Amino acid sequence: MMIEQLLDQEQESIVDVEKLSVTFGSQEVLKDITLRIPPGQTLALLGESGCGKTVLMKSIIGLVKPTVGTIEFDGENINQLTERQLSRMRLRYGFIFQNAALFDSMTIGQNVAFPLRQHGRFSDNQIREMVLSRLSEVGLPDSVVFKKPAELSGGMRKRVGLARALIMNPELIMYDEPTTGLDPIMSDVINELILRTRSRNPVTSIVVTHDMHTARKVADRVVMLIPRQRLDPGENQVIFDGSVKELESCRDRRVQQFVNGEAGERLMEMRANGHDQ
Amino acid sequence: MLLKVYQCFVDDRDMYPWGAPQYRRARRLCPNFMSIVAPNNSKPRIAARITGWFTEWVSDWGELVISSCIALGDFCLFILSTFRWMFSRFPKGETLWPNFYQVGVSSLPVVALTGTFIGVVLALQSSSQLGHYGLTNQLGGVINLTLVRELGPVLAATMLAGRVGSAMAAELGTMRVTEQIDALSAMGADPIHYLVVPRFLACLLFIPTLTIMADFMGVAGGYFYSNIWLNIDQHYYWTNSAKFVNNFDLFTGILKSLFFGSAISLISCYQGFNCKPGAEGVGKAATSSFVFAFIVILILDLSLGLSLKALYESWYPGGTY
Repeated sequence: MMIEQLLDQEQESIVDVEKLSVTFGSQEVLKDITLRIPPGQTLALLGESGCGKTVLMKSIIGLVKPTVGTIEFDGENINQLTERQLSRMRLRYGFIFQNAALFDSMTIGQNVAFPLRQHGRFSDNQIREMVLSRLSEVGLPDSVVFKKPAELSGGMRKRVGLARALIMNPELIMYDEPTTGLDPIMSDVINELILRTRSRNPVTSIVVTHDMHTARKVADRVVMLIPRQRLDPGENQVIFDGSVKELESCRDRRVQQFVNGEAGERLMEMRANGHDQ
Repeated sequence: MLLKVYQCFVDDRDMYPWGAPQYRRARRLCPNFMSIVAPNNSKPRIAARITGWFTEWVSDWGELVISSCIALGDFCLFILSTFRWMFSRFPKGETLWPNFYQVGVSSLPVVALTGTFIGVVLALQSSSQLGHYGLTNQLGGVINLTLVRELGPVLAATMLAGRVGSAMAAELGTMRVTEQIDALSAMGADPIHYLVVPRFLACLLFIPTLTIMADFMGVAGGYFYSNIWLNIDQHYYWTNSAKFVNNFDLFTGILKSLFFGSAISLISCYQGFNCKPGAEGVGKAATSSFVFAFIVILILDLSLGLSLKALYESWYPGGTY
């Protein structure tokens, strides 16, 4: 036991979530989550809607304050940082929002250049080159630079979001449902981009998704959460933690239902509730 | 102590992040609703029903008080952090200029138009009143004093609240709903520094110019109407104006406008930042920003009027304000 603990500490982790609980008043979204992510890993965070995946990710970046527990990024507790230190810390993160969250008042070029202008001391020429190279990396032509986000399709917007998140060469990239709302081909393009990003520079990635294709394709490790309301007493919210292969062969009924996309006893619940009313 | 009480409220609010009242009311109303739809299932006695309604009424009022206290506390913290950012790091030009243009330049025509019409209408209405007493020559004093002291600043502020304030609330609200504000913080830019401070500065710096514009156009409109339509001699008109209106009146108007401008920008930005999700939320943020801004303008107008009167009387004892 002692040796295991020592070994655990030996293996350094870039993100260290320790006994995290997030409560909005009486509604407990996350409870007692412990998660260590070693550098270079691509972690897929699975779970049905409303189980707290996005809240977990937003608390790792400091957008949601934990009620209990600590979050360390590269050995620093991010909840003890001042606003200014936190904003400097956030340069090392890249966050891809579910709907890209591009600034509509700016052009695509200005959007991608935003982090550079905000923090870096780069000349206009350098900025232009970096923006164009990032856009071509995600497969977008130079002509989009002067367009507004509203003129692009959903898939293009997501790719611009990816380019914007990558421009500061972050150490940790977080994808919030990168393939939701896209057609299967565009979903695969995004999956490829996630893989390519990782092969190009050694980043750690967290992919929040409920798309099994994405999980199978990109993840080294899968963590599955279930909503607090569905837990048996005394059970941890993380019901699965392992590789994709282990996920496929996992015996847990709930995991299997998620992997195979079956409603299972949920249909019965709906019927029962219908009768109650 | 006060902070503790405030914290209590905040804890209560966090319980239902997207609006406590609806959530609670829905849960409370649901059984009632069911008993109306299916009365045979359960028939509460009349006394029980009345006490039920009464407790509901009391708790509704309680909710209202609590939520307004929370909102007020939140708003104060919002103002504090705006000021902290404004003095710690000045915003960049690229965020300032578009806002300056929106507030200072684009609002100019509409403010000028309002000012002109108000000047003419004032002349029209007060001429017949003064005519009864044979004081038509004093018309200039009445019109210009009213304009410079009251109507100029208040109308310029109202137009600004309607034109710029609700646009700010809607814009920031949409940014909140589409996670753009989160994206700003995720990229290490503070949303208050990046979005609120430039808007605040724009309103603060440009509302005096808008007020002066409204005053000027009002004075001009009133003069032309009196001189051309009512045939009041321009000598009397201007002499009386100069007798009634002094520098202190102009100062009063501009000082008031500074308060109005900061109230408009802070209220609108706050409403936008705390926008509820969806198109409905954005619409509500825009509406309530105008309503609150207008109410606050009126309250500020009254309280500043009273305190400036006291100030004038202490500066110039014996003078009539």
